[in-house]
Amino acid sequence: MARAGRQAEELTPRSARAESVRDIALRYAGERGPLLEILHATQREHGHVADEDVVEIADVLNLSVAEVHGTVSFYHDFRRTARPDHVVQICRAEACQAVGGADLYTSAQELFAHREDVEVREVFCFGNCALGPSASIDGRLRARTTLDDIAAAESGWSR
Amino acid sequence: MTASGRGCIAWVPQDSSARAVGADEVAAALSAIDRVTVRRNGTRGMLWREPLVEVETERGRVGYANVTADDIPALVEAGMLAGAPPRATPGGAEDDHARRSVEYVGIVDDDPWLTAQDRVSLARIGLAEPTDITAYEAQGGWAGLRRALELDPEDVVEEVVTSGLRGRGGAGFPTGVKWRTVLQAESDLKFVACNLDEGDSGTFADRILAEADPFTLLEGMTIAAVTVGATEGFIYCRSEYPDAIERLRDAIAVATEHGYLGDDVAGSGRAFRLQVRVGAGAYICGEETSMLESLEGRRGEVRAKPPIPALQGLWRSPTVVNNLLSFAAIPMILAEGGEAYAARGVGRSRGTQIFQLAGNIARGGVYEAPLGISLRELVEDIGGGTRSGRPVRAVQVGGPLGAYLPADRLEVPMGYEELAEAGGMLGHGGVVVFDEGVDMARMARFAMEFCSVESCGKCTPCRIGSTRGVETIDAITATPAGAPGRDQLFVLLEDLCATMTTGSLCAMGGLTPVPVRSALTHFPEDFEGSPR
Repeated sequence: MARAGRQAEELTPRSARAESVRDIALRYAGERGPLLEILHATQREHGHVADEDVVEIADVLNLSVAEVHGTVSFYHDFRRTARPDHVVQICRAEACQAVGGADLYTSAQELFAHREDVEVREVFCFGNCALGPSASIDGRLRARTTLDDIAAAESGWSR
Repeated sequence: MTASGRGCIAWVPQDSSARAVGADEVAAALSAIDRVTVRRNGTRGMLWREPLVEVETERGRVGYANVTADDIPALVEAGMLAGAPPRATPGGAEDDHARRSVEYVGIVDDDPWLTAQDRVSLARIGLAEPTDITAYEAQGGWAGLRRALELDPEDVVEEVVTSGLRGRGGAGFPTGVKWRTVLQAESDLKFVACNLDEGDSGTFADRILAEADPFTLLEGMTIAAVTVGATEGFIYCRSEYPDAIERLRDAIAVATEHGYLGDDVAGSGRAFRLQVRVGAGAYICGEETSMLESLEGRRGEVRAKPPIPALQGLWRSPTVVNNLLSFAAIPMILAEGGEAYAARGVGRSRGTQIFQLAGNIARGGVYEAPLGISLRELVEDIGGGTRSGRPVRAVQVGGPLGAYLPADRLEVPMGYEELAEAGGMLGHGGVVVFDEGVDMARMARFAMEFCSVESCGKCTPCRIGSTRGVETIDAITATPAGAPGRDQLFVLLEDLCATMTTGSLCAMGGLTPVPVRSALTHFPEDFEGSPR
């Protein structure tokens, strides 16, 4: 999905993106409190919520750009720049820390420090607290995760 | 490989924790076998045993725990499809978490870990396919809704008041009182909102129930709606729970198709439309007024109360806001009566609580028991002590804003008042165990750091106090004992804690000092700073 989003962004004219975001916003505009739905859908479709998207969405919802920007920037999930090829999320909350989650996070950061196409993010809780440490690699949740598990997943990625 | 002549039904949980330890691969391996039908249930809640495969036999469902896809050929060879025990694996006694050997559970319904529980809200988890509405009905589903539709709304509220049910999301406010307020509010438009933004570390019962038995939540919310006169409802689910979101959306579609949701709820002529809304990774949106702001499409900043959401909630209309577990208790309360629920519990803590055993624990999972069970029973007898095998040093109860209790204080009964007296809080029923390897100064620092990352920023004590808290704890642990100025750092930290406690708008800033102070009180030796 991320790759597709990226390619779309690179290969299609900018106005096509604006068009698409406007369509998304219009699709949800009639619902109650549609802004988060629109932002999620925009990110699903385009990989992130760009500044130009914010302008389109604000226009459709008759909100100020500042209001939409304020919402986008408040939430950890919304990205304002393109997503890297791989995202490793590691839980740093207490239950996972009790079984080494904090150290796993640090080690994973070191493991991928030289990789620009990989992002290591902290997350607070996947609800997998009985089987920690928990990590999600490209959207797939893993339990009792070790650094070896993460390295093994990496070896499956095409470079 | 063939099963017995009539074929075989194998159950493999589709719960996200089970999937995280390979349940999908196990299901695929079993599906590839001739005459085996794989069905996907929710988890039974025995998470340390996942993937827990159950095979239907004449004796009942026979369980095999910690199964991997690679184990399937040998298990089938040994007669798994007829419920036979696995052959002993050579040299495999070690319980290394990377390679767990298969455990023969026998008849799962007879397992002592399950039979010792008093499952009310969790009564149906793991038994059927989560969106099998026929199975839900056969197991007693919709009986609570039918009774609620026969009663006057005042009488439904009375049942909930009688049950003594207090909000299971953490605050513990009486649910019936809240519903009565919404019922009596004059408005053409009312809402019901389920708070499924369960962001507390060590709590996952909402997720498990949503994934395993979504109709129980839908039934509880529908009862609330027809009682107070709400026509629209929202389930606000955190984005970290994609499986729960999908399952709930499926369940809403099935329930609507069968007439339990929509324009004519169960033939009553009353309308209730329900939808799932997805959060965007903000812990604070688990606070009810932040959740309302987020549902309306804004930054999830806390609202000052009053007005209370029961009178002015979503879009300034009267709104029932409850946690998933509170709604999930409702169908039973209506079906069997409030008295039956109130008969369980301790003191002013009535009914059952779903405890979540997590962290460094041997048998982690969800355990439903009457309120009043001791923390020691939960950690040691039921949870089996630590997973590492080292002694328990600290237990955090009630989520990241709950106190750390030392190993010698575990006799406390798990009730709202009882825990408060012991300096803790019940919260959402999470129990997170730490072994002796834990550094409590690091955990105290983390409590402040978490608050600084997740604060909504609306009030100064929380936004700035938490950042100063991190700095002060860093300064303490970097200063050798006896060094000049060190005592003042403790005074400063206590000052920050007092300001946050009394000056914050909501529980986030107000309770962050709880884990910090408990760490200082019970584990002062960990703050004997040598630079780390």
